[in-house]
Order: sequence, then structure tokens, then C-alpha cells
Amino acid sequence: MVTDAVVTDADLALESILDRYGRWPTHLLQMLIAAQELDGWLPPARITRLATALGLPRARVEGVAGFYSFLYLRPVGRYRVLFSDNIIERMQGSQALMAALAARLWVEPGKVSEDGLVSVDTTSCIGMGDQGPAALVNGQPLTRLTRERVEAIGDLIRCGVPVADWPEEFFRVDDGVCRRDGLLGLAMAPGAALTAALARGREGWLAELEASRLRGRGGAGFTTAVKWLACRDAPDPHKVVVCNADEGEPGTFKDRVLLASRADLVFEGMTLAAWATGAREGFLYLRGEYRYLLPHLEAVLAGRRAAGLLGADIAGQAGFDFDIEIHLGAGAYVCGEESALLESLEGKRGTPRIRPPFPVTHGYLGRPTVVNNVETLAKTCLVALQGGAAFARTGTAQSTGTKLLSISGDCPRPGVYEFPFGVTLRQVLEACGAERTQAVQVGGASGVTLAPYEFDRRIAFEDVPTAGAFMIFDDQRDMFEVARNFVHFFAHESCGFCTPCRVGTALLKGYMDKLADGHGAYRDLAEIEWLDRLLKNASHCGLGSSAPNPVIDTLVKFRPAYERRLGRADFEPAFDLDGALARARQMTGRDDAGAHLSNAPEAQP
Amino acid sequence: MSASHGRPKKGSLPPGGTAHSAKGAQTSATFLLDGQPVPFDEGQTILEAARAAGHYIPHLCWHPDFPPHGSCKLCIVKVAGRHVSSCAMPAKDGWEVESNTPEMNGERRALLQMLFVEGNHFCPSCEKSGNCQLQALAYDLEMTTPRFNHFFPDRPVDATHPDVLLDFNRCIFCELCVRASRDQDGKGVFALTNRGIHKHLVVNAESGCLGDTDFSKDDAAAHICPVGVILEKRVGFAVPIGQRKYDARPIRVVAMEEDKP
Ligand SMILES: Cc1cc2nc3c(=O)[nH]c(=O)nc-3n(C[C@H](O)[C@H](O)[C@H](O)COP(=O)(O)O)c2cc1C
Ligand code: SF4
Ligand code: SF4
Ligand code: FES
Repeated sequence: MVTDAVVTDADLALESILDRYGRWPTHLLQMLIAAQELDGWLPPARITRLATALGLPRARVEGVAGFYSFLYLRPVGRYRVLFSDNIIERMQGSQALMAALAARLWVEPGKVSEDGLVSVDTTSCIGMGDQGPAALVNGQPLTRLTRERVEAIGDLIRCGVPVADWPEEFFRVDDGVCRRDGLLGLAMAPGAALTAALARGREGWLAELEASRLRGRGGAGFTTAVKWLACRDAPDPHKVVVCNADEGEPGTFKDRVLLASRADLVFEGMTLAAWATGAREGFLYLRGEYRYLLPHLEAVLAGRRAAGLLGADIAGQAGFDFDIEIHLGAGAYVCGEESALLESLEGKRGTPRIRPPFPVTHGYLGRPTVVNNVETLAKTCLVALQGGAAFARTGTAQSTGTKLLSISGDCPRPGVYEFPFGVTLRQVLEACGAERTQAVQVGGASGVTLAPYEFDRRIAFEDVPTAGAFMIFDDQRDMFEVARNFVHFFAHESCGFCTPCRVGTALLKGYMDKLADGHGAYRDLAEIEWLDRLLKNASHCGLGSSAPNPVIDTLVKFRPAYERRLGRADFEPAFDLDGALARARQMTGRDDAGAHLSNAPEAQP
Repeated sequence: MSASHGRPKKGSLPPGGTAHSAKGAQTSATFLLDGQPVPFDEGQTILEAARAAGHYIPHLCWHPDFPPHGSCKLCIVKVAGRHVSSCAMPAKDGWEVESNTPEMNGERRALLQMLFVEGNHFCPSCEKSGNCQLQALAYDLEMTTPRFNHFFPDRPVDATHPDVLLDFNRCIFCELCVRASRDQDGKGVFALTNRGIHKHLVVNAESGCLGDTDFSKDDAAAHICPVGVILEKRVGFAVPIGQRKYDARPIRVVAMEEDKP
């Protein structure tokens, strides 16, 4: 343990981290992420030092660190392998691969090996559904995992080869763009959209944006011009522009592609928002899973500063000052919710705020703040270049322009597809070559499950809205397991602030597991439906209120997948006799049939 | 507060139902609570206005001395078919608010059941019995069974402080102690860590022990817990169970009397 008298190298390193972030408590999360690099985890004494240096209660710092999945308050392996656990990767065999790696390394999933070398575990979808199974090793994405690759990885870890020296091929991330339209087909010189918007003047530019009727691509579909105007008109003169690059919705990865290959469009969109609202401060909140993109994004920012497209007097416009800072997330889906994102940006736990007031009037540090999705911001460049009316010519009446879809699951050509709004599910399925499709999950875990009789419905805010995920399940898939995977996801990602979601998602998980274990009864289905309603009604934010969506939809459209699992009884006790013996089995090292009790009614004589 | 797809935009409620707005005509602004007119001032929340007019709406994380917190959701009411937290939602002229209805009370009962099964609550042996708001609300809302499967979480007791005991088994995460210690005592003794169902309280010491903090039994935070987590040592059971705050009269009556000057 470190005492006050001894100054270690790690303490000096911590001092330089503190200095790098100006010792601002708003940068606490960023400092914790950097401080964790020193030992791979955050020892108690380091938390104490950080708190002392920032003049914060230690408990607060511990509370922030404890919120994020990628910050560790206990030692973890020198190699941390986290398998992406979305249903898509499970269908690609991720569970067997994880078991194989764990067995090869003599480590139990979820634990640290006794020599402290390695830990193997799961994590929520890392945004590589089109090139999975995927995992993170010390934060770096590994794609296209196979049995052979996992064995090779096991050997690299056992031999202590630094991750930086692993074969580059293991880390290859493809954009996988399969269909281009207005946005992905655009080749724009940096600054061109800005020049066009500046030429129109502030009012002229906002008028174009209004004419485009562009709506947010992050899920809620709020009209972008209305948001920007509300921010501009808020009394506080210190406006802020935030790009939401949290992309945590399982099955979504289109923002990853924009950030990797169209970052100039995203940053230029932020600058266009700054021009419209008068903001001088900008943030891009990058999910921890996409940290590997950070050096690239920083380089693009540096290039834009050098070109006079960020900083003071942007593009020669006197008094137009704006710059962008990138903040990292650390494994928390809820931080995609805009008010939780702002809390996280302020260096706090990612708990959604009470609304009203809304971010456009009281956002980052109480300042009027525009929060927009990556794709929304990129699209504003199209509006600036073509004009609002031209933009609005594509799409449908209430959904102008195009939509990027992240297609994954049972189809031969997964990847990112850009379609005009109004495209039917059937057309999308044809484009990616899907056959014998049983269901499509549109909009991610929080979206809708659509059955074949709905495949003529359209992707549009007025019909099937989506943040971009499009997960395909063929007729061999078990839709109950799909819903159960999503329920586990929500229980894991609930921030725990409000009672209905904190306890309700955990209870829902319990019911789904009870069914999966063969102990379900008809009564449980009624309880599930009741819980679904309570979650929808009473939750504090969109996470809790959309958590039951996959269950509600599959219960209606794929009910046999549930009923198959029900015992004959109307009621089955939730107490699991066999489960209660788990610890005894672990202590005796037994897991044979004789060490199991069955309390399933079929098994009783 | 719900929408059928994706990520509903929360809190964007329909405007007030009548033609005259609350602005400039503060005295005339009213909403209907279960059919009874309730006057309010601009900016006042539904719960505050209701209380001022003598109507009780159940609550656990709300406290008159603090800004709304909005986490327990016991105060949910229905406005124009949507659920809102009455402790946090500013009232609007002409709204029709449903609160004391079988539907809302049924949902509140389920929320109480969730709080009970999530922790370890053994009321008969708890020093707070009869003074506990969770228990009192459960009686008042006629909660007769736990309904859900118990979680039986492992939450150790902290007895390291000379004057105060912390029994985390009963915590309902209202954060009143967090807020009181931070905003009233200026100390920051408590904070929440972890998330979801694993969320729990921590105290401001590297050892994790209350005895190593500057907490005092005279702090505001020492007296604010609505349940039996923060307990003063050596004064237990001074008033026998059966003669305590909520033993004779229900919480809806006691709470409204406490409001009177
Ligand atoms: C639980 C939850 C997670 C969300 N995650 C994201 C996300 O990862 N990216 C995103 O752009 N919006 C996300 N949103 C929506 C944001 O709250 C917000 O509506 C959006 O960023 C606004 O941008 P837009 O108007 O450009 O769509 C999420 C919402 C909820 C409730
Ligand atoms: S609904 Fe869930 S994620 Fe949202 S505030 Fe409540 S606990 Fe947190
Ligand atoms: S200890 Fe008491 S006051 Fe503090 S959060 Fe828990 S229930 Fe609320
Ligand atoms: S009293 Fe309103 S949410 Fe707790």
C-alpha cells in the first residue's frame, strides 16, 4: 500500500494524467480511464489519491468508477478478453469459442486466472456484428474469430506476447459498406459544406435545414432544425454541441463506419451545428468499445484545425470560434441516452436526468446543448451542399433522406446499407440475400420484432422507425432465446436509478431463465406480461420503457416458442432446488448427473 | 410515459388542456386530482401542489427539504393516459391527474414488492419497524405478499462507527442520505457505486468503513433514512413497537399532519 511519504512512479504518472486533464472534475471519467492504464485496474489507494487531488469525496470517485463496466476496482488479468455477447455473435458460435479459450487457458469465465495472467468474460455488443464473432482484448477489437484463431490467441497469451505484437490480421475491421446512396456515395472536400452554409448566413443555413425536414437518426426521430433553433434561442449564451457516438444498441454498427471513414463529415456536421447555434464548445462522446478509433479521430481533428476548419475564425469567418474534444465512454449502454450522456460528459455516473428541463435549454453543465447522433450530423453536410429541398426529395413524407442500416445475422452479405427511407423490409432482405427469414429485429434490442407477415412494412418514422440495427433470424432460430438474450442485456445495462427498471429487468431475467430451464408455467407468462407493462409505464428513461419490447413482441408473434417451454403445471415454484446445490457441486468438483436434482415435474415418478 | 417504438422521447407531454395558460394568471391555474380541483403556482410540481391542497400522493425518495429525485416511482400518477413522476413533473393548467385509483395503487404496490424482494427486510426484528416509510406504505397500499422471488442479496452490516450502525440490507436507494450529507452537512459521506441490481451504497473511506469517515450522529444524514439502514446505536427500541409513528395511524394521515406548521 502506498503511504503519503513515498512517491512512486505510478503517483508521478497520475500527476501527469491530472495535469493533462487540467484537474477538472468534469474530466474525472477520462482521468479514471487513463489512470487504469497504469496497472490495468484501479487500486483503492489510486482512487483515494485521485479524489484528494481533485478535492472530491473519495466515495464519489469510487461511485463513478463503479458505474462503468470497463473500469475495474479489483484486479483483472494482464490480458482481458471480452467476448461480444449479442445474440448475433451467439448464433455465430461465440459461446463455444469463449469456452474453448477459457479451457485452453485454464481459467473460469468471469474470473481471473490464479497467476493473474488472463481473464475471459462477456461484454455487451461491441458493434462488430457483421464480422463476428468478435471480442475485445485489452480494449482492442478482435474480429472473425474461429476455433483456430482462438487457439492461436490462447498461445499468444500463454507466451505473454504483448497485444501490440499480435498478427495485424486478427484486428482487421472492415467497413463492409454494401450499398451506397447520397451519404456514403459523397466525396466531399473538408470544408465544402461549411463554406456553403457560411455563404447562406446563419439564418439562411437554418432555413435550409428546416426545409430539409431532417430528423434525428439516433432513434427518437426528433426534427433536427427544431432542436438547433431551441438551443440557439435559449437565454444562456454558452451553447454546446455534442455528437452522440455511443452506438450501444445491440446490432448497430453504422456509426462505426462513419467514424472510421467519414469522420470529416461528422466533425463538419458538428461545426455546422455550432454555426447555427452559436456554440463554441463541442464534444464527441465515443463509446469505449470504439476506442481503437481514437488516434484516427484525433488525427482528423488535428487536420481540421490546421486547415482552419476548427479553432478561431473558422473558414475565415471572424468571430466564428469552435473546437471539439473527444470524451471516451467506458462500457455503459445507458450513456447513449442523451441526458445520461451529459452526466457522463460531466464526469459523473451515467444516470438519466429528470426531464424537463431538456438538454436544449439545460444540458452540459446546465448550458443549452444540442445532442445529435453521428449519422444525423453527417447528413447535415448533405443539406448544406445540396440545399434542403433537394435533400427532402429522397425518402417519404415524414422521413426525408436516406437511412444507414447495420445488417447482421442470417444472411450471406451482412454489412452497412444505405437505403432511401420508405424501403420495405422485403427489399432489404433481398438486397442482403436473406432467405427463409423467420423474423427481423429492427432498431436493436429496444426496437421491434417483425414477423414475415409484416415484411412489406417500410423503414420510416411513420411506419417502422429505427436507429439502424437490422438483425435477421432464419427459420432455424429460437425466438425465445433471442428475446432472452435481449432481456439479459437490459438487466446488465440498467443504470439502477429507478425501481421499476432496476428490479424489473432483473425479475424479467429471472422469469426468462426459469422458462429456459424448463420450469416455466402459464402463470409466469401472465407475470411477464404484467411486468412488461409496469416497465413501460413507470420507468424513468427509454432504457426501462423499451426493455420489455422484445418480450412483448415475441410473446405475441412467436408465442409457441414460449409455450414449448412450459411445464404442464399452471404454477411452478420459482425456487430452484437443483440450483441451490450449485455451491455444493462446486465445492466437491462434481457436475455429473448424480450431483443434480431435477425438480421438473416430468422427471418425477 | 411510454411510446410504442424504439426510444420514446420522455417527458414531452401534451400541453395544458384549457385555453388560458398558467402564465400571468397564477391564482387561476388549477388541475384536477382524481376529480378535485387543485390550485398551483407556475413551476410547482403535481405532488407539491397536491400536498399544499391537503392531498397525499405516496412517495419515498421525495423529501420537502430537497429538490425532486425521481427514482422510487411511488409517486407515479397518470396524466392524459401517460405515467409521470408527480414529484418531478411541473403541474399544468387543466390537466386531469389520476392518483388514488386501483390501477395506480396496483402499480405502486408492485413497486413496493420490488423494493421488498430486492433487499432483506425482516420487519419483526427491525428497529425501524413502525417508523419505517416503506413498511407504512406497504400497509397503506395493502401489500399482503412479496409476490416476486426474493433476491436475498449479500449485504454486510457496517458497525464500525461508535454511534451509528449501517444495515445495508434495507436500503432502497432513495439517496436521501447522499443528498443530506452532501448538501446539508457539507461532507459527502455517502455515494452510490456499481449499477443496475448491483448498485449499492459506499461510504467515504478507503477502508469502506463508516468508522473511518467524519460522519457524526448529529449529521442531518444520520436522521433522514426513510427505512432502517442508518440507525443510532444504544437507543434502539426506546419506544416499543406498537406505539410508533405509523402504528396507530396510516402514513397518508401522518404525512399530511407533519406538513402542518
Ligand atoms: C437507453 C438509450 C440509449 C441510446 N443510445 C443512443 C446511441 O447510442 N446513439 C444515439 O445517437 N442515440 C442514442 N439514444 C437516443 C438519444 O437519447 C438521443 O435521442 C439522440 O442522441 C438524439 O440525436 P438525434 O436527434 O440526432 O437522433 C439512446 C436513447 C436511449 C433511451
Ligand atoms: S429506466 Fe433503467 S436505465 Fe433508465 S433511469 Fe431507470 S434504471 Fe436507469
Ligand atoms: S441508506 Fe437510507 S437514506 Fe440512504 S439511500 Fe439507503 S434508504 Fe435512502
Ligand atoms: S417520490 Fe417521486 S419518484 Fe420517488
